[in-house]
Amino acid sequence: MSSQQKFVAALLNAELPPPAGLLTWNGSDPAARFAVYRNNVQVSLVNALADTFPVTQALVGEAFFRAMAQLYVKAEPPRSRVLAFYGVSFARFIEQFPPAATVPYLADVARLEMQRVHAYHATDALALSADSIAQVLTDGENLPRLQIQFHPALSLLKSPYAVVSLWAAHQGIADISTIDPYTPETALVIRPQLEVEAIRLHASAGDFVAQLLQGATLGMAMEQTSRDHQDFDLTAILGLLIRSQTILSMHL
Amino acid sequence: MMPLHTPVSPPRGASTQTTTLPLRAGVGLKPEHFRQIVETWPDLGFFEIHAENYMVGGGTFHHYLTRIRERYPLSIHGVGLSIGAETALDLTHLKQLSALIERYAPQSFSEHLAWSSHGEVFLNDLLPVPYTAQTLQRVCEHIDQVQSHLKRRMLLENPATYIEFSASSMTETEFINEILRRTGCGLLLDVNNVYISCINHHRDAHDYIRALPPQAVGEIHLAGFAQEQDANGDPLLIDSHGTPVAQAVWQLYAFALKQIGTAPTLLERDNDIPTFDVLFAESQLAERLLQVHSVQASKA
Repeated sequence: MSSQQKFVAALLNAELPPPAGLLTWNGSDPAARFAVYRNNVQVSLVNALADTFPVTQALVGEAFFRAMAQLYVKAEPPRSRVLAFYGVSFARFIEQFPPAATVPYLADVARLEMQRVHAYHATDALALSADSIAQVLTDGENLPRLQIQFHPALSLLKSPYAVVSLWAAHQGIADISTIDPYTPETALVIRPQLEVEAIRLHASAGDFVAQLLQGATLGMAMEQTSRDHQDFDLTAILGLLIRSQTILSMHL
Repeated sequence: MMPLHTPVSPPRGASTQTTTLPLRAGVGLKPEHFRQIVETWPDLGFFEIHAENYMVGGGTFHHYLTRIRERYPLSIHGVGLSIGAETALDLTHLKQLSALIERYAPQSFSEHLAWSSHGEVFLNDLLPVPYTAQTLQRVCEHIDQVQSHLKRRMLLENPATYIEFSASSMTETEFINEILRRTGCGLLLDVNNVYISCINHHRDAHDYIRALPPQAVGEIHLAGFAQEQDANGDPLLIDSHGTPVAQAVWQLYAFALKQIGTAPTLLERDNDIPTFDVLFAESQLAERLLQVHSVQASKA
């Protein structure tokens, strides 16, 4: 092991002694000083996760969250120097973390929070104007064959839990006592200007957008969604997608 | 004998000046303050950003930085290049840095005499290096690579450290002087770091500053520290950037201005971030000291 490799091993594992060859001017135990580095690494990375996952933290409390985050930091330290996106695999870690099993919706709330961060920092892109879209929509012949390119900030989360409502309750938007966490919800994450929004979609609208995201044509997505959902409201979801400036292009 | 090391010659067209930041005080740009800044356009010398925070595609951060850059000089300060690492520089990161510098054309780019990653793993802390011939060689190679890639001169910041290495064969200032001489990079003198390291390793902070080449200093950093104790109960200062600048650091700053001359001065605050007005007021203490020392220097 190289000397920095030993340094890293000891940083990430508090049970290991500090690396050899450390000096202190007063002959004091270098372990106490090395602990400053260990603490900086741990605390700053746990803080980075707390910044990204505030509602996840609120759902389990700070002490539980930080203990769980510490284990995650040890198991999966960042692989990028851009910490904004640290924690992409945190939701999966939560799913496999036995003490969190009593809060089954925790992982999906974490997923939603990560998607919000991605949307917040996503590349800027100019949406098609409502007028241009209206023009495209009048071309009845080609319409079913069109594919839609969405804004890079847009993403979807289909959950067996009430992720959007749980998130909203922690912003003071909704009353937590009225929420049944076990109600399935689909979240549409968008960023019309600079502010990120998570909108609760009807299950049929969620399936429709999911198919478009996978590259289905409008015709295919409409047909499939109508077959699966008798209550599918095409006009409503298209109106929402247009109003919230999520459509970059509609092309053959 | 150490292997010979050829300093990189500045690429044609690149600035050979240490910095073109104004001789004024600046503050670290924080997202919490974006709105107030673009609503009030405070009279400040410059802003500084951490490069890694802006290595994202778009959104709020770029929206505000673009507007702020139109009105203020900018310093880009990297915290993730890991110049002191045993492993090679991360080329993807270097390219992202290059793109950011191209986009915002900052007056200054600086990084740390430290390492923060090992291979792929990023540790998000500025870790110390032993001051040996071998480390010197590696750090100089990395700085050459950065300066060649970015086609500009960089500033290197002196570290705040909590431990020393028995392997070190030279002092920190000897090590830094040699880097400056070999690579032609400039020095970002972090006065808070000087104070912290000198308390932590029982050295004289004035001697430390006297040992540095005044003409190499392109920028000064000021920040606050936290105080703890080591295993013997002696003070151990932590570079926390979470409190106002300590009185002792202001005094050392005044000494540095007298000793090395004036340089653009940044007030750093990265934790427990106060309102913009509080940060601005503190930066004006540095601005006044800069003015006093500029006047004294011009009279001398």
